[in-house]
Amino acid sequence: MTAILLTKNVHLSYGKKEALHGIDLDFDEHGITALIGPSGCGKSTFLRCLNRMNDLIPRTTVTGTFNFKGQDIYAPTTNLVELRKQIGMVFQQPNPFPFSVYENVTYGLRLTGHKDRQFLDEQVERSLKQAAVWDEVKDDLNKSALSFSGGQQQRICIARLLAVQPDIILLDEPTSALDPISSAQIETTLLALKNEYTIIIVTHNLQQASRIADKTAFMLNGNLVEFDLTSKMFTQPEQQDTSDYLNGKFG
Amino acid sequence: MKNIFTAELKKLYETFTQMGTEVSEQIERATQSYIDHDKAAAQSLIDRDNTINSNEVNLEKQALTLMTLQQPVADEFRNVITILKASSDLERIADHATGIALETIRVKGSHRNQDVEAKIADLTVVIRQMLAEALKAFHNIDMSKAQSVSEQDQQVDAKFDEIRQTITATIQEDPNVAEAGTSYLMVTKLLERIGDRIVNLVEEMVYNQTGEIVELNQGRLHPGES
Repeated sequence: MTAILLTKNVHLSYGKKEALHGIDLDFDEHGITALIGPSGCGKSTFLRCLNRMNDLIPRTTVTGTFNFKGQDIYAPTTNLVELRKQIGMVFQQPNPFPFSVYENVTYGLRLTGHKDRQFLDEQVERSLKQAAVWDEVKDDLNKSALSFSGGQQQRICIARLLAVQPDIILLDEPTSALDPISSAQIETTLLALKNEYTIIIVTHNLQQASRIADKTAFMLNGNLVEFDLTSKMFTQPEQQDTSDYLNGKFG
Repeated sequence: MKNIFTAELKKLYETFTQMGTEVSEQIERATQSYIDHDKAAAQSLIDRDNTINSNEVNLEKQALTLMTLQQPVADEFRNVITILKASSDLERIADHATGIALETIRVKGSHRNQDVEAKIADLTVVIRQMLAEALKAFHNIDMSKAQSVSEQDQQVDAKFDEIRQTITATIQEDPNVAEAGTSYLMVTKLLERIGDRIVNLVEEMVYNQTGEIVELNQGRLHPGES
């Protein structure tokens, strides 16, 4: 496995309060990595560092190394639009734009200057198929994306992201607002995608991490406690804190 | 999501069946080395038992990982639990075969009784047929075979009684056979215990399918009758 994204000694402060105290995490190309830990442990904060979403929060300081395919994510020359095209994010609440399904999926492509109708049609079909929602929306591509169920909206958001062919997909608790059936569909979708994309998912649902992630990182109070193969961590964790968390003793 | 569990469960069944085949071969080697007084063959069987023990440990690990990562419930949970229990029975069957091999190495004296040895060989054939049928039924989840395996165990119990009587009569006739006789008795008892373990396998299959814990060992249900 080659690492596609390497992070080292990541510190993040909101004003004077430090939220991440030096995280080292490398992400293998392709496959799924889960970030788990109790609320407030810094897992979403860390995830948001990976495509510079924290830049939007005032008085936030990020230090450390972020090496994505040999390129420094935090270099002054980094083009943020290009970066977020390569490292896209799916959020907790499905957030489709208030346009049609077709417009949602082609939004990123249009931004980058694609106008050819046939090309756009092909990309819409490919993306929606990859996100496993094509069969459910193919007859309603001109309907508002907001008229679909939460689970379908979330998969449309995944399709919107896939349309621009990212390398890495970041997901911040993508199923916590969904019912169990929709959650299972998202999990199945992610498993199908992991052969082509690198997926990093923050989840509160330990069973979800155990079911789908190849590797899992456990964070606590802004520190990385343990990072290992999911099969190893869930059967024989190295650290007592990890074991206690997985057993529901706190968090 | 189902696909992952189903694929992993299939692998677990394959590991189990493979282990069953090896255990069946161990039984054959055990009695053959015993009848042939082949201590070298017995020793190699004892060495091979370590492989079976580690197969069982690996299967346990596979099952525990599956339970931890996929959280099966209801019938799927029973599937995994059943394989865990059944693999433990297979491992004990292999231990009994090792017991026969140890007896081959220990036994002394040249007073033998071909009649008893032929009956032991005959009993081994029945035992191996029973195991093959139980493993096949286990793999195909064929409930109709549960009763038939239970009936074969009754035959095994009857043959055990018959051999015991023959041994007693032989010793009464010629006390020089006493040493070999106790050894024959021990080996026959080990084979009879293997039969009971095979009945456990089909009981576990019934549990897997129905959730009911049943007793199919007629000898245990009706002690004193045979």
